[in-house]
Amino acid sequence: MPTPILMPALSPTMTEGNLAKWMVKEGDTVSAGDVIAEIETDKATMEVEAVDEGTVGKIVVSEGSEGVQVNAVIAYLLEEGESAGDIPSDRGDAPAAQVEPQPTASAASPAPAASADPGSPLATATKVPEDIDEDRFFKETTRQTVREALRDAMAEEMRGDEEVFLMGEEVAEYQGAYKVTQGLLDEFGADRVIDTPITEHGFAGLAVGAAFGKLKPIVEFMTFNFAMQAIDQIINSAAKTLYMSGGQMGCPIVFRGPNGAAARVAAQHSQCYASWYAHCPGLKVIAPWSAADAKGLLKAAIRDPNPVIFLENEVLYGQSFDVPTDPDFVLPIGKAKVVRAGKDVTITAFSIMVGKALEAADKLAEEGIEAEVIDLRTIRPLDIQTIVRSVEKTNRLVTVEEGWAYSGIGSEIASQVMEIAFDHLDAPVGRVAGADVPMPYAANLEKLALPQVENIAAAAKAACYRA
Amino acid sequence: MARAATTKSASNNSGATKKPAAKRTSRTARSATATKAMPSKDELIGYYRGMLVIRRFEEKAGQLYGMGLIGGFCHLYIGQEAVVVGMQAAIGEGDTVVTSYRDHGHMLACGMEARGVMAELTGRIGGYSKGKGGSMHMFSREKNFYGGHGIVGAQVPIGTGLGFNHRYRKTDRVSLTYLGDGAVNQGQVYESFNMAALWKLPVIFIIENNKYAMGTSQHRAAAGPSLAQRGHAYGIPGEEVDGMDVLAVKAAGEKAVKHCREGKGPFILEMKTYRYRGHSMSDPAKYRTKEEVNKMRQEHDPIDTLRRLVLDQGVDEDTLKKVDREVKDLITDAADFAQQSPEPDVEELWTDVLVEAH
Repeated sequence: MPTPILMPALSPTMTEGNLAKWMVKEGDTVSAGDVIAEIETDKATMEVEAVDEGTVGKIVVSEGSEGVQVNAVIAYLLEEGESAGDIPSDRGDAPAAQVEPQPTASAASPAPAASADPGSPLATATKVPEDIDEDRFFKETTRQTVREALRDAMAEEMRGDEEVFLMGEEVAEYQGAYKVTQGLLDEFGADRVIDTPITEHGFAGLAVGAAFGKLKPIVEFMTFNFAMQAIDQIINSAAKTLYMSGGQMGCPIVFRGPNGAAARVAAQHSQCYASWYAHCPGLKVIAPWSAADAKGLLKAAIRDPNPVIFLENEVLYGQSFDVPTDPDFVLPIGKAKVVRAGKDVTITAFSIMVGKALEAADKLAEEGIEAEVIDLRTIRPLDIQTIVRSVEKTNRLVTVEEGWAYSGIGSEIASQVMEIAFDHLDAPVGRVAGADVPMPYAANLEKLALPQVENIAAAAKAACYRA
Repeated sequence: MARAATTKSASNNSGATKKPAAKRTSRTARSATATKAMPSKDELIGYYRGMLVIRRFEEKAGQLYGMGLIGGFCHLYIGQEAVVVGMQAAIGEGDTVVTSYRDHGHMLACGMEARGVMAELTGRIGGYSKGKGGSMHMFSREKNFYGGHGIVGAQVPIGTGLGFNHRYRKTDRVSLTYLGDGAVNQGQVYESFNMAALWKLPVIFIIENNKYAMGTSQHRAAAGPSLAQRGHAYGIPGEEVDGMDVLAVKAAGEKAVKHCREGKGPFILEMKTYRYRGHSMSDPAKYRTKEEVNKMRQEHDPIDTLRRLVLDQGVDEDTLKKVDREVKDLITDAADFAQQSPEPDVEELWTDVLVEAH
């Protein structure tokens, strides 16, 4: 049967075009790749090439025709042994019907679950693991700084798994810009504790490639401010490739380092990236406060087969907490923790703001307000159940974060609580966040730009309608 | 019978272009400093077949695009076939490949099924990424193909990381990391060159110089005399190679692979090649003349050149015609499969975002 040549589309949006010129005439022989015609749209003129070899049997649409529909038959090609007599006479005949361009499976099927299940747009962001008994780990503890806990987490995982390695600026010989990696070079050697040049985009991408090869890199950014140089590799390569590969190409990698404001280092070195990374499906985002959580969650992050953003805090590095000594101590990613129980108002916080929220709760208690403080610990997936359970009890919610309020973590929590527990709220959700300005250097201005204990207490009182 | 490897050292020949086509397609053996034994007839037929599969596949993809069956961006490899087929002939089991978005040829050369690649182009469940990646994002661990990356230059650190992975595991495997003449101006390429050279990683950076970064010719975008020299500051050796000659590519590839396997660090190969089609399907290619394109097609076509050589070696016309028919059938089958395979189930929207189990 003669092969129909169809009007081609030049772009996904093209529906019709003009047949400007035929480069062949009936009876010409053509081979694959030969230019046979030129077509025009309002944007461009393009050549049409023959895909098969044969003889041009009939030109159906003549040169100069305008408004030719995509997929209309414009000519017929005859193979060896065929003649013009074999060409169907009716232009609306079978050939065009055989090449029905868009299959209708999606049109015929119900719309994606989004419309049926209001929770599903967040399906991949809110999956919460089963409860575990964390208290059992705390029967025997030792006093440790966050810095020591982080180092121990890495060392324990590197002892247990040869595929885990650490790379970053000054992590090896210098022992860490903030001394988090102290002693690791001595124990594991230069093949597994690797000083990189100052080349964030490059080493982040290199580590992603190593993770595609099933190694388990821990990438230290000296601070997360510098990870902006590498964010294309983090989002486009690490976070999206599993999906784009249909599940083949996982990326078991941890990006870690201090996040948020330190002290007096101004705008380029003082920023919270929690909401930046939490925005993206394909990533997990952790931001611990206590040393125990830092250790238990960093171990979990290293073992996790997905890319994990692990946001630390420079100011917390030197603070000490009780840390379990059990070598099997590890915490599940995605579980918030109630760090202070209360009945009057719920305060959510993460990282350094947990300490501020606890101080605010002490002040509030003096005024007869019992605040419940929740340490989110993991930002994505978000443990919304623990927050909702608390709000069902307190009916009031204040969110605290160091970063900007606009499109921040507090905004996300407020939205989800509104969607899930609207009837339980007795007051608008309050947001305490960093001032909507780049971080100033001057000491007085810097203090004003960061959430303080008084701001949190005031927001909690406002939620309780207490002046 | 000896054959010249038509590579030359970039440091000796700044910006020099290739010898005229007539010389490359010469039917007589030539001597040169680097010589290479003529591959067997079967090997030659294998390269012919490999290049033809890519050519016919891409022509069919262009046709399906025109019919609205393939959407979005679709970057065809027609004209550049000798590069991947020649390089693939130079590597062995376990060596890895990564490239950017003009990737169909690389996948077919790696041994990925034409059916699965074509079905990904049509966005069907039978595609390598279950229809969720499309033309620019396909992978096969089994065939050591690591993508298929859509951001210009992003595959270069990734390929360097695959080289790091080979070294970390104490193997002698190498990472073939392809990039275009457009990507060579991205900063992360030089970050990668630096680390690869510093740590002596087994990475071959293959610059496929098809002369145009989308519509911008090399001389309007890239300073310096030669892309092969772009690693010079890092001490990475670089060579210009006739990327339209599959045997020249293979010979250059073997030299680079040997260098890497011996632990001497990375190597740069600048493949002088040409794409016949536009940058993507919607590119009318007004930035170059028809005469330029036609001259390349008529005088430098890698498939025609090899076909003549194969016939010269005493292979009869019928043998090649049989290959032609087999390839045509393979591609027709792939196109049929790509149209018959269903779209992904709607549940697939939610899968593969995260690896669920440890």
